[in-house]
Amino acid sequence: MKRPDSKRRRRFAWPAHSKFFLLLIVAIVLLYGVIYPNARVFIGALQVDGHWSLARFIELLSQRAVIESALTSIAVSILTVLFCSLIGVPLAFLFERYSFPGRRLFATLAALPLVLPPLVGTVAFIFLCGESGILARVIQNNFHLSTPPWTLRGWGALLLFHTYTMYPFFYVLTGAGLQRIDAGLAEAARSLGASRLRVLSRVTLPQLTPSLIAAALLTFMTSMASFSAPLLFGGNVRVLTLEIFSARQRGDAGVALTETVLLAVISLVALIFFQRYEGTRRFIAAAMKGATRRRAPLKTGKARLLAAICGIVFSVALALPIITLVLVSFSRDGSWTTQTLPPSYTVSNFARLAGDADARSVFVNSLLMAGIAAVAALVWSFCVTAVTATGKSKRWKRLVNLLVLIPWALPGTVVALSVAEAYGQTNPLTGSFILVGTFWILPVVYFLRFMPLVVRAVQASMEQLDRALEEAASVLGAGSWRRFWRVRLPLIAPGALAGALLAFVIGLGEYVASVLVFTPNNRPISIAIASAMRDFNLGTAAAYGVILIMMIAIAMIVAGQLQNRER
Amino acid sequence: MLLLSLNNICKRFGATNAVDDVSISVERGEFFGLLGASGCGKTTTLRVIAGLETPDSGAVEFDGREVTNLPAEHRGFGMVFQNYALFPHLNVFENVAFGLRARGGSRVTSPTVRQGSSTESLSEKVHRALDLVQLPGFDARRVDELSGGQQQRVAIARAIAIEPALLLFDEPLSNLDVALREETRRELRALVKRLNLTAVYVTHDQEEAFALCDRIAVMSEGRVRQIGPPRELYDQPTSVAVAKFLGRNNLIRAMRLTSSNDPLTRFKTLEGGHTLAVHATHEQLMGLPVNKPCLLAIRPEAISISKSQTIGENRISARLEQIEFSGATTAVELDANGLKLEALVLRADDFETGDECVVTLAPDQIRLLPAG
Repeated sequence: MKRPDSKRRRRFAWPAHSKFFLLLIVAIVLLYGVIYPNARVFIGALQVDGHWSLARFIELLSQRAVIESALTSIAVSILTVLFCSLIGVPLAFLFERYSFPGRRLFATLAALPLVLPPLVGTVAFIFLCGESGILARVIQNNFHLSTPPWTLRGWGALLLFHTYTMYPFFYVLTGAGLQRIDAGLAEAARSLGASRLRVLSRVTLPQLTPSLIAAALLTFMTSMASFSAPLLFGGNVRVLTLEIFSARQRGDAGVALTETVLLAVISLVALIFFQRYEGTRRFIAAAMKGATRRRAPLKTGKARLLAAICGIVFSVALALPIITLVLVSFSRDGSWTTQTLPPSYTVSNFARLAGDADARSVFVNSLLMAGIAAVAALVWSFCVTAVTATGKSKRWKRLVNLLVLIPWALPGTVVALSVAEAYGQTNPLTGSFILVGTFWILPVVYFLRFMPLVVRAVQASMEQLDRALEEAASVLGAGSWRRFWRVRLPLIAPGALAGALLAFVIGLGEYVASVLVFTPNNRPISIAIASAMRDFNLGTAAAYGVILIMMIAIAMIVAGQLQNRER
Repeated sequence: MLLLSLNNICKRFGATNAVDDVSISVERGEFFGLLGASGCGKTTTLRVIAGLETPDSGAVEFDGREVTNLPAEHRGFGMVFQNYALFPHLNVFENVAFGLRARGGSRVTSPTVRQGSSTESLSEKVHRALDLVQLPGFDARRVDELSGGQQQRVAIARAIAIEPALLLFDEPLSNLDVALREETRRELRALVKRLNLTAVYVTHDQEEAFALCDRIAVMSEGRVRQIGPPRELYDQPTSVAVAKFLGRNNLIRAMRLTSSNDPLTRFKTLEGGHTLAVHATHEQLMGLPVNKPCLLAIRPEAISISKSQTIGENRISARLEQIEFSGATTAVELDANGLKLEALVLRADDFETGDECVVTLAPDQIRLLPAG
């Protein structure tokens, strides 16, 4: 009996020759962008003077400072996960399960810190809560204290800031999880005589587990990779990212590499641990034909009042750092010393940023570099999706997906260092291809860091795509190119563009990786903010931050519109 | 005239034989049905015809050409999907025009595609298709603004706009409510017949298949069990599977009594021990296993009940176990000395549960089936 010819299996793929071309691109990018740089770091850490040796590794691991910083990083991250879940989960329940005046506004506000670039958030926090910040001054001046009431340093400050910026992971994912849960299940449990508490603990929370684990993973990884906050007000809390940075500043490349490996290993172990656990706790509802849960209106005056007060207090608390930032951005550089609020206001900061060629070039640089990275990531995601969505064995698909995910799992510090290590000097594998010290190193690092986001967005859009649509197009006479251009591309374009915009936005404010590898004549916005802060040009730093936030807001609104259109 | 034939088609998915040695031939102008329970392989068979699946073995011939490995886009067929598969990013006009545009650029390899008069423009073709499904003026509407029934019509318009050489339907009415389904069913058959199209129609709904199709292939477990016009399938099922699947049937286990060539052959029922006379052909009798019980099938509506006491040929006494009124008809469950029977009568006003009655099984209504 004749076997079917194997070409026909891939009918919904690209034509064979372009398919080979795509595979080649994917293989080359993964080899030179992911495998090679990371391998270089590992090899660099495990070699001393060209010989394989665990000596430095062991020597380093036996240093108290390194051990302590690793443990500190882990402890900070675990505590951050704990605090974020305590804030984010109840908040999600409040907004998803009850309706009260202003709910929609507060629900949107609560997710805001997600798009705040960490460095800008840190700066705003210092203006607001620092020992010479507005809050401290209010108390100091009102109670006539001789010293500031607190210092924004150490564990408390770090955890406060982490919670403020990372609780939205729990809030957003729990909210999405609650929306997916079939309300009928809770109703069934209630009808079987379960109390509210029992329904929550035995029905709702177990179903939320995947969302909670995903949120915990995101928070943990973000916290492990956190750099700006420990740098600016970590004080004596020495986390690994900071140790790597200072080792590199000292010129101690070997130590930096070894610590990078340590950080990478911890991050990857955490990723694997969380995903294992997630895999065991996935539930598929047997029947999804349930009634969607309606939000219970809060009817009693007390409950409404309480919810409204919570909402207002909360949104003010969320908005305060940003309001402070805007306020400071209008203050004259060097004028704000001991007063509660900046004493004199001016638009000169913005005028100077607009007029100064150097300041303008900072914005152009960031826009250009984040733009290049986002466009490249968009094109790249189509290549990856075309390779993974069709044909070929499952093992290869999984390998490609895993390799794509690695730069996301690794802290920005690690990605930047590995690229710098791999393309810092000529060597036989890369020829004379050097990135360090050129314009291209930052776009490449941004691309590697954020392309996993875009790939995920495109893959998610593809999964939602009804296969029957392409089959219908095929029966109607459309060949593979026409199907791609007329059916698949228009349908996944909104999701893909939204993903690319998100990558662009994060790239605009990127600091962690930039600070390690930027070149002086190619500074991104975040570096300009950091150096303005160092020179105590607070108004200038704030003005940079405000413009950055505005650019991000515009991009997010566009992305939101695109996502609405997809639905 | 033969238009489409499937010859010994097999298709496996992993360990399951989705389609197992299926052979079907469809005449030009015929409305052909594939009927079976879900998972019986009917949809896979349709997808093989469409070119969306490649069979593991066997051949598909269309209009005298082998098309087994011809990609779907070169077959020139029209297909209506179960969920309609309308392109959400295109409006009604563009959905209907999609196939025409796709065809405009590419060469159509199937010689049987009847080209519309070349002077007719694309928009005229689209409008004619929309007129045919009674959706004139819907051009600019978004497909997600349409009701289920309207979406269904757009899907049909899109399939017929390309003047397909063969029209394929994959349970197109299953997402409509009952009233709309019956109405659309009638219109669909009228439309296909008016345009003189050939159609292959997949459904799990026996009533729908009977109402629409000229001939039907009944499938189960990936195999074709019987092919024939609806009436023939209903009245003369050749297997227990078909007898069970198409409507209700009383299946009576019985042993053959006489070996004469009498037009009436007598059987003794295993339950109840009644003697029943059956019209059976010589071939049917020859096919019976020796000294083994066979099955007699009789439709509930072929059984009548009366109060008269005369016992005679195929008249046996029974007790009414249950009477179930369901509007136009009444279902009656009977117990004839251990032989359970179900009868469907127009009225059972004279009877009450527990009454004794006489049951008549018309000899020419009893089908002889091979056991098993």
